[in-house]
Amino acid sequence: MTLLAVERIKLFTTRSPWWCALAALAVVIGFAAIVSGAAPAGELTDVSLTQFGYGFGMAVIMVLAALSVTTEYRFGTIRTTFQAVPNRTAALLAKTGVVATLSLVIGEVAAFGAWGLASVMRPEDLALNTTAEWVGVAGVGVVFALASVIAIAVGILIRHSAGAISLVLIYALAVENLIQLIPKIGKDIYDWMPFHVADRFLTGSGRAAAEAPLSQAGSLAYFAGFALVLLVISLVVANKRDA
Amino acid sequence: MIEAVGLTKRYGKTLAVNDLSFSVAAGEVTGFLGPNGAGKSTTMRMILGLDNPTSGQVRIGGKLYRELKEPLRTVGALLDAKWVHPNRSARAHLRWMAKSNKIAESRVDEVLETVGLTSVAGKRAGGFSLGMSQRLGIAAALLGDPEVLLFDEPVNGLDPEGILWIRKFMHRLAEEGRTVFVSSHLLSEMALTASHLVVIGKGRLISQSSTEDFVSRAAENTVKVRSPQLPALRAALTQASAQVTDADRALVVSGLDSEKIGEIAAANQIVLHELSPQTGSLEQAFMQITGDSVEYHTGLETEAAEVVTAAQ
Repeated sequence: MTLLAVERIKLFTTRSPWWCALAALAVVIGFAAIVSGAAPAGELTDVSLTQFGYGFGMAVIMVLAALSVTTEYRFGTIRTTFQAVPNRTAALLAKTGVVATLSLVIGEVAAFGAWGLASVMRPEDLALNTTAEWVGVAGVGVVFALASVIAIAVGILIRHSAGAISLVLIYALAVENLIQLIPKIGKDIYDWMPFHVADRFLTGSGRAAAEAPLSQAGSLAYFAGFALVLLVISLVVANKRDA
Repeated sequence: MIEAVGLTKRYGKTLAVNDLSFSVAAGEVTGFLGPNGAGKSTTMRMILGLDNPTSGQVRIGGKLYRELKEPLRTVGALLDAKWVHPNRSARAHLRWMAKSNKIAESRVDEVLETVGLTSVAGKRAGGFSLGMSQRLGIAAALLGDPEVLLFDEPVNGLDPEGILWIRKFMHRLAEEGRTVFVSSHLLSEMALTASHLVVIGKGRLISQSSTEDFVSRAAENTVKVRSPQLPALRAALTQASAQVTDADRALVVSGLDSEKIGEIAAANQIVLHELSPQTGSLEQAFMQITGDSVEYHTGLETEAAEVVTAAQ
């Protein structure tokens, strides 16, 4: 518990978390405004469209999360951290917990803000009636949190700010889509790519529901499992490596 | 209080620390001396559990670092003053450290007061001068009021007042019964600060003794003699199996102490104008003893040799 407080102090006494949070909110809510403004009258009935910009907000969150770890390596404070807390797993898990919680909060605020703005701009049927619609909005925070866990794991493994951010952004924004281009097996591999699966969890998009290998709940479990595996690997490496 | 046994650290092909064993006692300031690349910082990181030794162990008060509960209360260390996030304020930096070991927050203000940084506690650490960063690092080391203190080049960047302050401070800490382990390159400073020395070179232990012993053992203890009858004196001394070197209108004699030389001169009825023992300096002792172990030679070897012969 103390360690969570420690990581909270660390996170909120630097500037980047504030800026990243602001950027993530602006991006997601901004996209909702654009979509609501551009859609012809009567056509905006799918709640998931209001979350159109979540992918970009997620990218910003992942940058925040990766930086929370890589700046510790860059400025040497990771050594101060491990000197104060020789149980490296506990220290890193506390950091992951704090950052994931922050990402969850930002995600929820962004998603509901986006939905709220769209509802105000286009009061057509954007009410949250079905479970799927609730998941589509409230799930954004959960996806943000899990994405931040993935970014932290990558940050721990790579340790280098620019490298970790590039990898995380390029992967999340481009690589998975490009995998589809691989002949014959591309589409099958794409079905199992973690961020695409997260997208299915939120929007049920991609292949028609009947053909998709995972249900909405299954998709969440898969994405969470992926994040967990990556985190465990990074913790093992961090423990064995020199600080 | 600090016991290292067979410490070895290999980075790929480089053997940074090679079977190093030493002990550091409480109640005194122990200096950790060695040329660049000798393995001092690596050893200190191994003491703190930051680097894993390839083999061997180092224990603090009988325990490994990772076995210590709330380690900052037992060991305080300043390894590198730059290990601070530049956008964080000095106070925030100390706050999170204190919190991590359940140290009261009032202690943060106390240590800031001790090192004289209270007025800039709220400023971002990136704007600090080298001396201020160094003092922040010292404050961090003192946070848990620890029994064992490790300092890696603490006087780096301090002005003369600061250097004097930290020297007195380390003496006071040692007098309180704490274990103080300091590494430094400033030999003259080390001579004034440390009462015991652990000297390493190329990852190996070269010597472990009190500062006085180190200096007297290593430096040539010679006697400078001036006389109007130098050739006769030289002959007499050489016969007494002393090594005699010619210096500027004098002789430098090693192997005999000044009493013996005086007696030999008297026995041969040789007048002496000067009979003065030359004691070595720490710098000479250091250069002499670690001469072979310097990892990164500059092109200044001849000048370095001149330092050794400077007193003669």
